[in-house]
Amino acid sequence: MTAAPPSGGLPPGEPVVEVRGLSVAYGEQAPPVLDGVDLTVRRGDMTCIVGGSGCGKSTLLKTVIGLVSPRAGDLGLLGEPLHELAEPERDALLKRVGVMFQYGAMLGSLTVAENVGLPLQMHTDLEPALIDDIVDTRLGLVGLAGSGGKLPSELSGGMRKRAALARAMALEPEVLFCDEPGAGLDPVTAAGIDRLLLSLNRGQGTTVVVVTHELLSIERLDGQLVMLDGGRVVFDGTVRAAREEQRDDLRRFFNPSAA
Amino acid sequence: MDVQPEAGGRLRITGACTVESVAAGSRQVRLLLRDSAHAELTADLSGITRLDTVGAVWLRRLPSLASEAGRGLHLAAAPASVQALIDSVDAGSPPAAGADSRDGTGFLEQVGEGAYRRFQAGLDFLYLASDLTWAAAATPFRRRGVRRGDFVRQSAVVGADGLPIVAVILFLVGGVSTLQAAAQLRRFGANVLVADLLSIGITRELGPLMTAIVIAGRSGSAFAAEIASMKFNEEIDALRTMALDPLRLVAVPKMWAMLLTLPLLTIAADFVGLLGGTVTGVLSLDISPQAFAGRVQSALLLKDVLTGLVKSLSFAWVITVVSVYRGLRAGGGAAGVGAATTSSVVSSIFAIIVLDLTWGLVFYL
Repeated sequence: MTAAPPSGGLPPGEPVVEVRGLSVAYGEQAPPVLDGVDLTVRRGDMTCIVGGSGCGKSTLLKTVIGLVSPRAGDLGLLGEPLHELAEPERDALLKRVGVMFQYGAMLGSLTVAENVGLPLQMHTDLEPALIDDIVDTRLGLVGLAGSGGKLPSELSGGMRKRAALARAMALEPEVLFCDEPGAGLDPVTAAGIDRLLLSLNRGQGTTVVVVTHELLSIERLDGQLVMLDGGRVVFDGTVRAAREEQRDDLRRFFNPSAA
Repeated sequence: MDVQPEAGGRLRITGACTVESVAAGSRQVRLLLRDSAHAELTADLSGITRLDTVGAVWLRRLPSLASEAGRGLHLAAAPASVQALIDSVDAGSPPAAGADSRDGTGFLEQVGEGAYRRFQAGLDFLYLASDLTWAAAATPFRRRGVRRGDFVRQSAVVGADGLPIVAVILFLVGGVSTLQAAAQLRRFGANVLVADLLSIGITRELGPLMTAIVIAGRSGSAFAAEIASMKFNEEIDALRTMALDPLRLVAVPKMWAMLLTLPLLTIAADFVGLLGGTVTGVLSLDISPQAFAGRVQSALLLKDVLTGLVKSLSFAWVITVVSVYRGLRAGGGAAGVGAATTSSVVSSIFAIIVLDLTWGLVFYL
């Protein structure tokens, strides 16, 4: 674990994610899901990508982490053009990134501890006993001490997400991407996950990018707000600035019952 | 609901226009449209006392219903609440015909598109087959990216766990083969050749083939289901974002386990098949066990056993590649997992039989 600001990599304030004119479509003839998106996430930022269902926020996340190829535009992750890299460089870059998927995406055939230890086992030459120690510590930090021997299917939704967070943090990534961390969880568990994200961001200086549509979560994380609508960025600023903007779409977003 | 014709081409719809009454009302309207002397009609909605969403959708469709009968029809005199519900279903209506690009696609275009998709799928299969084969071949020299112990676990699942069912099936197949051979050869007084036929049939064909088919159904399907559900649960994506190659981590141990255990299972299957045939032969042919077994042994050629093993290696390769391919191409949630499993078994068996024929031509033509 490193103290903030993290050592190595880009200096604080440098762009961690830089997207220019990004267009993405599923299929050659299909209409674009993202259409000319511009986005900059700087080192140490807490960024929430928000918007209604189907606005393209998960697609944006998947494109940024290399799971979906863009149709057009430039994309830089930690200063590197991810989609243009050869496999070894791409793998080296991805080791500096952590991803927490919406439903955890824990490998069902491995125990929780094996899941969390997998990146360490595969990408480092650490001794197995040390890996076990690191895994126990990581699980303890997310409140899952003693659950390492369980299979992911034996965990509740909230525990699975916390385990996924522990796995995403295994290699001490410089940037952490989270897809809907609070979706499907009770308010208390969702708040617990947000606290963990905040402690990573403020305590360790990890850049955190969260895709969400949970208003409470956005308020708690209180970072940069990037709002998507119809595949385009319609707002990019702080949560406070978004609240003060006299725009119908933002007012509807922050007060949906009045819409 | 009741529909009554009135003067001037008016159709007066009265009562509750709801899910219970729409079917009957629709029949009435069709008859009235057919029998009407007017080319242009008006549906008077002022008498509607109750309307639900089904009724509103039906009312919205009335003009097109009329145009099918060669008439024009417009809605009129709807009370405010009725009009509001019709407007609300209008807002949620699907796009007009023609908005879907597939609607205008001609037959030839569809055939071409289908052929192109299949060609692409064939290319994808070849890419995957070469990637997986290369990754499996490189693994003994580059261990990183493969979990220790996975190969042993997979081998136990495919081999040790599969042995009982393979043994039972081959014992029975050996017995059936003997009975069938005996029924024919007995007519020529060539009972003793049953053992020769059994040896050749089991070691060259039935041993490798039946074992591969059973394992394709048992383990190939399990591989496809596992990989398809991993894809469905975003586990494959998670591996990619952890800079781990799903092929190396998930598929390579399966490939090696299959390549090791299928030939071993085939040797066991050959032995059990010959045993089953011998037991059946001794019980049904009045030949002493020693004589039958001796004949089996003398007809047994090393070449036949070895060609069976070569076949089983190729079957192991094709079962793994097909099941991994089907698993990775799965889509559509839980139903997609089921479809991937089924198609993996069907495609594997087809590929096994094609390969078997090819080897037959190579070895025995």
